[in-house]
Amino acid sequence: MSTFWSIWVTVIVLGTVFGCWWLLLATRKSQVSDSETERTTGHSFDGIEEYDNPLPKWWFYLYVATCIFALGYLALYPGLGNFKGLLGWTAVNQWEAEVASADEKYGEIYAQYGQTPVIELAKDEDALKIGQRLFANNCAVCHGSAARGQVGFPNLTDDDWLWGGTPDAILETLRNGRMGNMPAKGVMPNMNAAQVDQVVNHVLSFSGREKDAAAAEAGEAVFAQACAACHGADGKGMQALGAPNLTDNIWLYGSNYEWIKETVLHGRQNEMPAQSGRLSSDQIQILAAYVYSLSN
Amino acid sequence: MSTQNPNLTYNYKVVRQFAIMTVVWGIVGMALGVLIAAQLVWPSLNLDLPWTHFGRLRPLHTNAVIFGFGGSALFATSYYVVQRTCQARLISDKLAAFTFWGWTAIIVAAAITLPMGYTSTKEYAELEWPIDIAIAIVWVTYAVVFFGTITKRSTPHIYVANWFYGGFILTIAVLHIGNNMALPVSAFKSYSAYAGVTDAMMQWWYGHNAVGFFLTAGFLGMMYYFVPKQAGRPVYSYRLSIVHFWALIATYVWAGGHHLHYSALPDWAQTASMVMSLILLAPSWGGMINGMMTLSGAWHKLRTDPILRFLVVSLSFYGMSTFEGPMMSIKTVNALSHNTDWTIGHVHSGALGWVAMISIGAIYHLIPKVWGLKEMYSTSLINVHFWLATVGTVLYIVAMWVNGIMQGLMWRAVNDDGTLTYSFVESLEASYPGYFVRFLGGVIFLSGMLFMAYNVYMTVRQKDAVAQDNAAIQAA
Repeated sequence: MSTFWSIWVTVIVLGTVFGCWWLLLATRKSQVSDSETERTTGHSFDGIEEYDNPLPKWWFYLYVATCIFALGYLALYPGLGNFKGLLGWTAVNQWEAEVASADEKYGEIYAQYGQTPVIELAKDEDALKIGQRLFANNCAVCHGSAARGQVGFPNLTDDDWLWGGTPDAILETLRNGRMGNMPAKGVMPNMNAAQVDQVVNHVLSFSGREKDAAAAEAGEAVFAQACAACHGADGKGMQALGAPNLTDNIWLYGSNYEWIKETVLHGRQNEMPAQSGRLSSDQIQILAAYVYSLSN
Repeated sequence: MSTQNPNLTYNYKVVRQFAIMTVVWGIVGMALGVLIAAQLVWPSLNLDLPWTHFGRLRPLHTNAVIFGFGGSALFATSYYVVQRTCQARLISDKLAAFTFWGWTAIIVAAAITLPMGYTSTKEYAELEWPIDIAIAIVWVTYAVVFFGTITKRSTPHIYVANWFYGGFILTIAVLHIGNNMALPVSAFKSYSAYAGVTDAMMQWWYGHNAVGFFLTAGFLGMMYYFVPKQAGRPVYSYRLSIVHFWALIATYVWAGGHHLHYSALPDWAQTASMVMSLILLAPSWGGMINGMMTLSGAWHKLRTDPILRFLVVSLSFYGMSTFEGPMMSIKTVNALSHNTDWTIGHVHSGALGWVAMISIGAIYHLIPKVWGLKEMYSTSLINVHFWLATVGTVLYIVAMWVNGIMQGLMWRAVNDDGTLTYSFVESLEASYPGYFVRFLGGVIFLSGMLFMAYNVYMTVRQKDAVAQDNAAIQAA
């Protein structure tokens, strides 16, 4: 802050502390007696009188003690404008010190795992225990504590992968996150209502659940035009784009006619947040091994 | 009674109206509190409807108890006290009536708009901009009536209760208008005039002083009239009241930053708010001491007078929560308590133990007076209410202390490998027993309010009860 505001802050902070102190001392100085008397101020309000008793001693010293503590604290810690405090403390350096001491304490444990390839790590019981704990606190909020996912969040225990289930693909997902984007009506913005019905039936037919066989067949052409670019002509999906396989009867957003129609009409946006920056690369290595172990 | 000379009478009509609404909003607000406490134990009580969801009913609960119940109690008692201690009638019956109907309409508007999802998202200031403007108008009118009455007092000095009421009225006007500055985009949606950490600081400057001025200074005003009056004893120390009044209002406005420890708020603002919060301990206790010591020589009255019990126990809870508050403002303690149920327990030891109990005591004192009676319909029902309120408050705050400290410890527990020992949901699971006890405490406290409603109803229905619109001024 500028010098003006620094002085302003200092003056009002100290002014408040010393002002309270002055008020306390001035009021005490004019006390007639140090002990309780029956003397009143002589006023009466609706029958209420006021004794002119002294400030209780213990209360007076409590007050003085908090003021002294405050001044001492303001000398040691930043509170008076730009004055940094004698200890040089900041919230940021306290945090950094805690991170550094944690790194020092736990760094070795992680470092050994960080060097181990994911497939090998996925067989290490101790590493998987750590992985499970990391998962519970960082991933479970979306994927569930059993990693089975929920609507909009993939199940990680099955063998179906949106972006690939190889160690490298999992590491990439964890490090940099993923953005899934299914555009409304695929790449056929002028799809009409009949075509929507046809393509939904066609998608259902991949798992043999079409409501209307004729519509499903008619939907093949619509699918080829609107969906195949990402999901492939056979509907088997494309992991490079995160386009789900539509033939395995595993569904990210619900499997019945209405849900699929909703997906076709309005599209879907999905995000897996990037973890590098939040977790160390060693921790990510362990998490990747844990996720890999769930289906391997 | 309109033939009486208005210069020689008090306006009791507005006092009666606000006194009744205190009981009504108390029951509504606390019933909502019990419902949302139950939702935390049995989530299906959210009913899967947007307007009965916890997220919408919680702000309605806080608005109804703080501004409906607490606000009505403050209006009722301040209008009663300012007239009696100034020996002057309110300057305008029309303006006073406007504040009653205006304030009540505002709480009704809150009860409609909050469940519908209209919110500015600022805690304790959720109401949208048209209602905020209405609040500002009613509040300024309140200030005109209150300070106008003080200027035409026939007593030479201004009684200490009126300092506190006056300080509360002025500061709330500044806080409300300052924090709610916003740019409207439609009839029911606005965006804050402040951005980022400035917005957060404005919000907690307001939020903590909603506690400091609305829920503390105002109720200290109440305390300074009803405690000596009910005890029949002089106030313990005039000197103490001077020091603690000025120190309290000077330091409270600083304290809001302690809600933002370890946040993006600059370090100096965090530190300054913490030291001011600690200095606040003695001024807060000054009020407790002055109330408690006023009773010396009258302690025996506690055996027979449950109204006095309400007042004394409220002061004990006040002393306890104003010790707890400065402790929680210390960064190290706050690192454990922040975001846990401890905060909710702390708030309710103030809200139930202090604010509600002193209001209840004051209303029991005042209702017979404004209906021209000697006493309430049933003293033993007041006693029943006292015990229900005390047991309910204790259950509530103990449950939240246990939950809060447990949550704080679980969240920071670390395994040998540096990973967190517990996931969030495990700490939630462990909180269920505490949530149930909290619900139970709330039910017990609420049931006390129902006894109060019955007692008030039976009191004003008595044969010799006369609703006083005007009452002769009493010489001091």
